[in-house]
Amino acid sequence: MSAQTPKLLLTTSPFLKQQEDTAWIMWQVNYALMPVVLAAVFFFGLPALLVTAACVAGAALPEWLIQRTSDKKLLKDGTAVITGVLLALTLPPTIPLWMAFTGGFIAITLGKLLFGGIGYSLFNPALVGRAFLQAAFPVAMTTWTPNGTLSDFFSVSGSSFAWPFMKPSVDAISEATPLAQMKFSGQETGVMDLLLGSTSGSLGETGALVILLCGVYLASRQVLNWRIPVSIFLTVFAFAGILHLVDPSAHASPFFHLFSGGLIIGAVFMATDPVTSPNSQRGCWIFGFGIGALVVIIRAFGGLPEGVMYAILLMNAASPLINRITQPRIYGTRGQ
Amino acid sequence: MLPFLNQGAQSFRHGIHPEDYKAMTRDMPLERMPFMEEVVLPLRQHLGAPSVALVKPGEKVFRGQLIGEAPAFVSANLHASVTGTVKRVEPHHHASGKLEEAIVIERDPYSPQSLYGEQKIDWEDFSPQELIDHIQYAGFVGLGGAAFPTHVKMTVPEGKKARFFIVNAAECEPYLNSDFRILLEWTEAIFLGIRISLKILGAERAYIGVETNKQEAIDRLREMMPSDLPCEVVPLVTKYPQGAEKMLTDAVLDKEIPSGKLPIDIEVLVNNVGTVAGIGQYFSYRQPLIERVVTVTGPGIKRPANLIVPIGTRLSDVIEFCGGLHENTRQILFGGPMMGSAQRFLDVPIMKGTSGLLFLTDQEVFPREEYACIKCLRCVDACPVYLNPSRLGLLAKERKYEDMMEFHILDCMECGSCSYVCPSNIPLVQRFRVAKGLLREKMAREKAKQKA
Repeated sequence: MSAQTPKLLLTTSPFLKQQEDTAWIMWQVNYALMPVVLAAVFFFGLPALLVTAACVAGAALPEWLIQRTSDKKLLKDGTAVITGVLLALTLPPTIPLWMAFTGGFIAITLGKLLFGGIGYSLFNPALVGRAFLQAAFPVAMTTWTPNGTLSDFFSVSGSSFAWPFMKPSVDAISEATPLAQMKFSGQETGVMDLLLGSTSGSLGETGALVILLCGVYLASRQVLNWRIPVSIFLTVFAFAGILHLVDPSAHASPFFHLFSGGLIIGAVFMATDPVTSPNSQRGCWIFGFGIGALVVIIRAFGGLPEGVMYAILLMNAASPLINRITQPRIYGTRGQ
Repeated sequence: MLPFLNQGAQSFRHGIHPEDYKAMTRDMPLERMPFMEEVVLPLRQHLGAPSVALVKPGEKVFRGQLIGEAPAFVSANLHASVTGTVKRVEPHHHASGKLEEAIVIERDPYSPQSLYGEQKIDWEDFSPQELIDHIQYAGFVGLGGAAFPTHVKMTVPEGKKARFFIVNAAECEPYLNSDFRILLEWTEAIFLGIRISLKILGAERAYIGVETNKQEAIDRLREMMPSDLPCEVVPLVTKYPQGAEKMLTDAVLDKEIPSGKLPIDIEVLVNNVGTVAGIGQYFSYRQPLIERVVTVTGPGIKRPANLIVPIGTRLSDVIEFCGGLHENTRQILFGGPMMGSAQRFLDVPIMKGTSGLLFLTDQEVFPREEYACIKCLRCVDACPVYLNPSRLGLLAKERKYEDMMEFHILDCMECGSCSYVCPSNIPLVQRFRVAKGLLREKMAREKAKQKA
């Protein structure tokens, strides 16, 4: 024959593949997190940026070390950056930077690498990091500054640069978060303030609107499973609504619960971590319901003002069980 | 993808929406490929027992003459696709990658290549069994790709009946246009084939399922539909794998075929549109299955086309007829990109089940990095039989094949939707094939042991 035999590749079907790979998905999440970080910088000034940088550096370090000593390209998929940024968003802006860095390091080593790397985590790594910091440095984790104004954008409180294990020389002016105000003095913050972020709190606890918009973007690109945040919001709204109806003086309105604290950032960016959430759609509804219920229970009846972190971690632990009981019905077994 | 865009079109649940790449050959009318110097007719071109050669080297054969006989019920006859002399009966490269016994015929250069015994068949007075006998004689198999003998499928088992006959013209495989061209150009033959099929089955109604990316075909069928034919054209959402029998039945009739059962178990019978048109042509001028429509396409071929190819024509001859290959061609497929098979030898012959030839270049074929499963659920949303490929993939990787049974691996129909969507580039369906093969082997061994 005239044509020269080309070098033919033998593989098996399918030969067609969609373009988006896992690294693309993870970087999409990172891009979607950028506006949230920017909002935090807008509200809290330079410290927000420094804390985020410290967390990302801490999270990237262990993977970078592994990359240096082996041929594994771990950082490329962008998951360490996600973990770092998410962790930062759960921290108060005045936290000493060395703590933020340590938190990031712990998040990746304890929450991810120890389980086998990307895809194998049992608990959301960022929340593992936060749980560690909460247990190790309870005071620094609960010191909240009021929202910065643009005039002191560049001012960084002395606590940020505190040496490891030393008491910071200047204490930050502290203010209670809306949830703490509600819990301990029965004061409710307006929904508009919560939506736009003009309250005190962690970096990502403010500016609910920005987070929601980013979530909608990710859901539209099928990067995020919308069922999880939707079922969390519905559950919290219904559950808190019932409590509010029963005793409006003791329990805040459902709108307050929806928009305060870490609920929105947790529901949109943390509970939706595909690795640590159930692997069936029905399971995701149950998962979201569980988180919503736990959040309200902890907030209303527990000793802590906020419960999003523990709610997500507990439901992470329940995921394998949920998987077991929610496997999809096989085609052709209707009515059996 | 959004429901309001699918006005009037029906479908099944789940599935995927790959780009269809049909534009390359969509508007190219069927073109007859000339008879080549030699044709290679493998005795195994269908599911079931291979046919048995009736001719010896040196014997003269006519185009349309029976040269291979089915030795069993589940098998198919084989006819000469060219007038000439039998040169050899020998093992030859086969699309399966193995060597298979084949009859090699050298064309008689002086023959006009007219059809042996050409005549119209007066089928109106035939009984259903006589019609089936004719289809069996003509060597028909499913032309969609699986190549299951048609007479076996159309013989409704005792105690069952076929109330609905579905013509499968979904053509959900990207790139391919053979069914589309048949719908446009052989419309009358399709209607005749439907008439005959309805008579064989005693079915009350026929449906032609066509995806809406073939709107011209839908319009033409509706326009030409004989008023006395109880047949309906059903527009379907463009979605893969709609051409799978289970999915098509669901899309057209909204009926779920029970797991492990066939369409006939719910009174449905599905045949590919190429087969139906072929049956129509056979009864019009007694042409057995000796040629078929093949879409030759892909970025690797210089002149894409929709060809009527004599069965047994070598791949290399088709390539040459279509202007040759571009230099960066990396993969040659028999069939479409979702379920086709990659070829290694250029002398393999086109067979009864070859619906397309796809030539892919290094632009489409390149290694992709495999990541760990991140449980994104895209495969769960894609699987048309509602399996959990993510879970199955993890089990397959650990070689826990027994545990895969618990997750219904045997219900997998290997459509490849999971592998298509997986962002971590995990070869899911590829691993499932291995697992299924091993499990079936093991089950057969255990059965044999119980008998002993």
